[in-house]
Amino acid sequence: MTSNALATNALASSIGLPHYLAVAAILFTIGVFGIFVNRRNIIVVLMAIELILLAVNINLVAFSSYLHEVTGQIFAMFVLTVAAAEAAVGLAILVTFFRNKGDIAVDQANVMKG
Amino acid sequence: MMPSNLLQIAAPELILAIGALALLVLGAFRGNRSTLLVSILAGLVLIGAAAAAAVAPLGPIFRGGFVSDEVSRFSKVAIYLMSSVALLLGERWLNRLRAGQFEYPVLILLAALGMGMMVSAGDLISLYIGVELQSLALYVLTAFRRDDGKASEAALKYFVLGALSSGILLYGASLIYGFAGSTRFVDIAHAVHTTAAPVVLIGLVFLACGLAFKVSAAPFHMWTPDVYEGAPTPVVAFIAAAPKLAAMVLFARALLEGFPDAIDQWRQVIMTIALISMAVGALAGLVQKNLKRLLAYSSILNIGYALMALSTGTQLGLQAMLVFMVLYMIDSTGAFATLAALSRDGKPMETVGDFAGLSQERPTLAIVLTVLSLSLLGLPPLSGFWGKFYVFKAALAAGQWQIAVFGLVASVPAAFYYLRIIKTMWFDAPAGRTDTPAPDAQAVAVAAGLWSLPLVLVGLAFLDPLAALAARAFGLS
Repeated sequence: MTSNALATNALASSIGLPHYLAVAAILFTIGVFGIFVNRRNIIVVLMAIELILLAVNINLVAFSSYLHEVTGQIFAMFVLTVAAAEAAVGLAILVTFFRNKGDIAVDQANVMKG
Repeated sequence: MMPSNLLQIAAPELILAIGALALLVLGAFRGNRSTLLVSILAGLVLIGAAAAAAVAPLGPIFRGGFVSDEVSRFSKVAIYLMSSVALLLGERWLNRLRAGQFEYPVLILLAALGMGMMVSAGDLISLYIGVELQSLALYVLTAFRRDDGKASEAALKYFVLGALSSGILLYGASLIYGFAGSTRFVDIAHAVHTTAAPVVLIGLVFLACGLAFKVSAAPFHMWTPDVYEGAPTPVVAFIAAAPKLAAMVLFARALLEGFPDAIDQWRQVIMTIALISMAVGALAGLVQKNLKRLLAYSSILNIGYALMALSTGTQLGLQAMLVFMVLYMIDSTGAFATLAALSRDGKPMETVGDFAGLSQERPTLAIVLTVLSLSLLGLPPLSGFWGKFYVFKAALAAGQWQIAVFGLVASVPAAFYYLRIIKTMWFDAPAGRTDTPAPDAQAVAVAAGLWSLPLVLVGLAFLDPLAALAARAFGLS
């Protein structure tokens, strides 16, 4: 078998569970870093939180398909619903913050320290 | 299982859920003039739910997703009653600031419902739903004074870190589901015992980190001081008490029911978190000027003791954790009720300096705060001492004398900051006249003070067998 054929074979031999887990792990890491490294905008933090939840959903659905068991997909539905509620609460808090400070930069949240 | 039995087991949560929705509709139609009515009804709903929880039949329902056992029964009664105290404190306090709204009691009900789900969770899905329902209600409660810059900043920090911790918890849950093949704790325990790959323990570590955020254990405590300082005082009294018990019970259930065979692995994690919490709580509290921040570090320290009890993984340890948390909840609620009662020229008194010479101005509250500080410090025969006594006894019985010694050492620097409050109140020159204390908050504070000194000796005679019965639920040695 030539090296070319090997490469094609590897691609064709289906994307398995490890690939999904790797993507989810990368998304999760990006999400966590998005919260800690980001110094500018709180909207970006909200997006990072969504990214974390989506990473979890990929995990759940991949496991569910791998195990031939439906619980993971039901779990993913719950996560989606809660994510919507969480975004609503987060944006509402952000609006009160903006009304008080006139800005939504991360650095503005600095009155309390220690 | 008979549907009627099913409804009976879930009755406390059904009462809360229906009550919260009905009161929300009532409030929406009648507007803010119905705030008092909604509060009174919400209090009745909470007491009704506590009564229903006390007599609810035991057993798992919804295919093991929702469990009613002695632990959940014990903690639900405690949680619902503590929530009604928060209702009592908050209603008048917010009214005095002209910030009273009918949503406050509804949100307390929803948070209580979330906590009820947490202590009854027998499944990763109900665990997540309970945690989120409770957390989302608490985020909104923290931001309840919309015109207060500090409160909205606190709420924002709480929300971001809370959402991150939920994400971490959830990632752990997804890994556990994947490698154990089920979301039910009982099945997970079976899988860990037999087939599951060791990778499942990585999921457990993520789950433990997420829950450590929720109980505000160091090094996941960053939100605690800011939220305690910024949030309205009655809301802090609520956050500091019932949700901590709920999260500790959930922690215990997830570890002891889901991973009983991995105890040697998770014990290391819990012990480390307990040690760091005790160190951070004791040392960082020393430099605090704001009393609410100081109490935040005190709560981190006390969660360290509770985790120490949990790390034993024995029946005695679980019993110690339950007794300790209930006694701590009452002490901490009393301390925050004292803060809620006091004000000077309409402004809340929050720094340690504000309390100078309080013994001449308001002797009752000064005595109460003295008693509560000494109790948090663990001086016998106050209630805080008994809580710690149970914890240390359990740790020694499990042969963990090193961590017990560390716990004793950690209470020395903590003693300094509790004693500093007492010294400021009794021996410093008065800082000026205070307003007449709010009667409702003062009543709660005095009740907590009375519990802490004489009543606890009688109360323990009831609390001890109840907690022992509850601790037997997990079938530990």
